[in-house]
Amino acid sequence: MSGQALAHTWYMTQRQLMSIFRQPVFLAISLIQPVIWLFLFGNLFRKVVELGGFGTTSYLDYLVPGIVVMSALGSSMWAGTGTLEEIERGTLNRFLTTPVSRNALMNANVAQNGIATTAQSVVILLLGRAAGAGYPGGAVGLLILVVASMLLGTVFGALSNAVGMIVRERESIIGINTFLLMPLTFLSTSFMAPSQMPGWMRDIATFNPVNWAMVAGRSALGPAPDWSLVLTRCGGLLLLALAAVALSTRTFRSYQKSV
Amino acid sequence: MSTRAPAVEARQLVKTYPGGVTALRGMDLTVAPGTVFGLLGPNGAGKSTTVKILTTLARPDSGTAFVAGHDALAHPDRVRRAIGVVAQKSGADPVATGRENLLLQGRLYGMRGAAVQRRADGLLDRFSLADAGKRLVKGYSGGMLRRLDVALGLMHRPEVLFLDEPTTGLDPEARTAMWEEISRLAGDEGLTIVLTTHYLEEADRLAERIAIVDRGRIVVEGTPDELKGELRGDAVHVELRADAGLEAVTALAGLPGVHEAVAEGRRVSVRAEDGAAAVPVLLAALERAGATVAAATVARPSLDDVYLRYAGRRFQDAESEGAATTPEPALAGGAR
Ligand SMILES: Nc1ncnc2c1ncn2[C@@H]1O[C@H](COP(=O)(O)OP(=O)(O)OP(=O)(O)O)[C@@H](O)[C@H]1O
Ligand SMILES: [Mg+2]
Repeated sequence: MSGQALAHTWYMTQRQLMSIFRQPVFLAISLIQPVIWLFLFGNLFRKVVELGGFGTTSYLDYLVPGIVVMSALGSSMWAGTGTLEEIERGTLNRFLTTPVSRNALMNANVAQNGIATTAQSVVILLLGRAAGAGYPGGAVGLLILVVASMLLGTVFGALSNAVGMIVRERESIIGINTFLLMPLTFLSTSFMAPSQMPGWMRDIATFNPVNWAMVAGRSALGPAPDWSLVLTRCGGLLLLALAAVALSTRTFRSYQKSV
Repeated sequence: MSTRAPAVEARQLVKTYPGGVTALRGMDLTVAPGTVFGLLGPNGAGKSTTVKILTTLARPDSGTAFVAGHDALAHPDRVRRAIGVVAQKSGADPVATGRENLLLQGRLYGMRGAAVQRRADGLLDRFSLADAGKRLVKGYSGGMLRRLDVALGLMHRPEVLFLDEPTTGLDPEARTAMWEEISRLAGDEGLTIVLTTHYLEEADRLAERIAIVDRGRIVVEGTPDELKGELRGDAVHVELRADAGLEAVTALAGLPGVHEAVAEGRRVSVRAEDGAAAVPVLLAALERAGATVAAATVARPSLDDVYLRYAGRRFQDAESEGAATTPEPALAGGAR
């Protein structure tokens, strides 16, 4: 990428981050929601660790990576509504008549989403720590969890952008998200150890990228990381992220043709 | 001035949108540098489509477009550096301040450091937004927003400025203020302005040359005076009690000093060298043809008459027709 494209990416990213900070309600919700998850599920399912298979005796230890990943999914899924708003307002068209690097417009979406997901993950991890969760995997484990949730956020952020540019309807994005969020979350090991899940659910979870992020992050954060598991799951997420970004770049091109 | 290359030169632009709407059917446009050019036309005529192509946002199916000497199709990047664009819909970011919007715009054109700050502050001053510049754009009134849009378009000192309906949706006061602003811009060294509008009055007042666009084509082009002058004489409109038939038209067409009789519903319009003198003659002729007259008016030629003459219908009618058939109606922008 040229220096100019890098500079443009930075300006556009900065602009988007700024607008998140200017929407305090949205900001507050995306930070409070994970706390509620932690509190609710942490209490509701506290006793399930006694069933075994969780690899820890504290349910909170097991839950925190799940909430980190779930929150990354939950906030990235809405990226498309932002893009749609930019189209409807004419902001995107204004940028398209300037010499702004076309790649910068797409990259900024990815960068902004990545930064937001990272910030959100860090907050959850700190809160989890305050509530008594332990992270035996240490700094490397934390980093891998954050990277995995960032990759997952990139996948769903880019897909959401693609949907936004194709269907051009907020309602469709809302529909798709409410339809997908629960199955994607519950068909994963977010709350339950794999050995306690019904066999068919466990089988489906194997193909669920949300679960890849959880499995990789949880393993890296645990006392005895399974590095081949971590690498294959993160690798899978990386490939998916690249594919999703490529798809949203394509839909962006087709948007430019339909202006 | 005439020795310089045209600021805009478009030939035979054709554009069909996905979905099958043909927005342009052979649009030709030449704009001399340093002038204000008005594209006048009703809803759905193809004004915005023309602007989108000239500003590199859209590509035509066929035809050529040169802007500021650069080929808009082969080198859109060069055109982008030379133009400023105020689109029909405001493109300002509502969750940024006016000043932040301007700074970002300048930076996208490579302006840096103190220069970009000075330019932004200068424009905020010039457009009476000095205080508002620190506030988020979502709190702006329609007039303020439109002024910010123009400032955004001027940030990098373009050679050609495109204004797509700069005053639609503004209240009369804000509209007058915007007209003054545009007139002032037109006086600026070398700036070429391409302006689209629905308002005959706006085109008449601001543009040195006007092209009337109807159904994706230019139907006539010239200075406002040339266009009005071509009409030779006054317009006389006669309202009848019943629909005007062909007889009424033929009864009038043959009269001495009367040209171009057109019937539309109950209304018959003619051009007459001396409108006042023609009225009694017209009324007598209509009576002989068996038509009962309800009212008669004489008017000096207006752009509306020019429109009627070249598009074959009245501007108002074309407007409502356009609004009815346009799937994507113009937003009444600038709501407070
Ligand atoms: N993105 C688009 N997709 C499909 N059709 C479009 C699109 N933009 C414009 N059209 C259609 O093309 C025709 C010309 O539209 P255009 O916006 O150029 O007209 P206009 O003269 O600017 O009208 P208005 O005064 O309402 O802004 C209209 O029939 C319009 O519905
Ligand atoms: Mg338009």
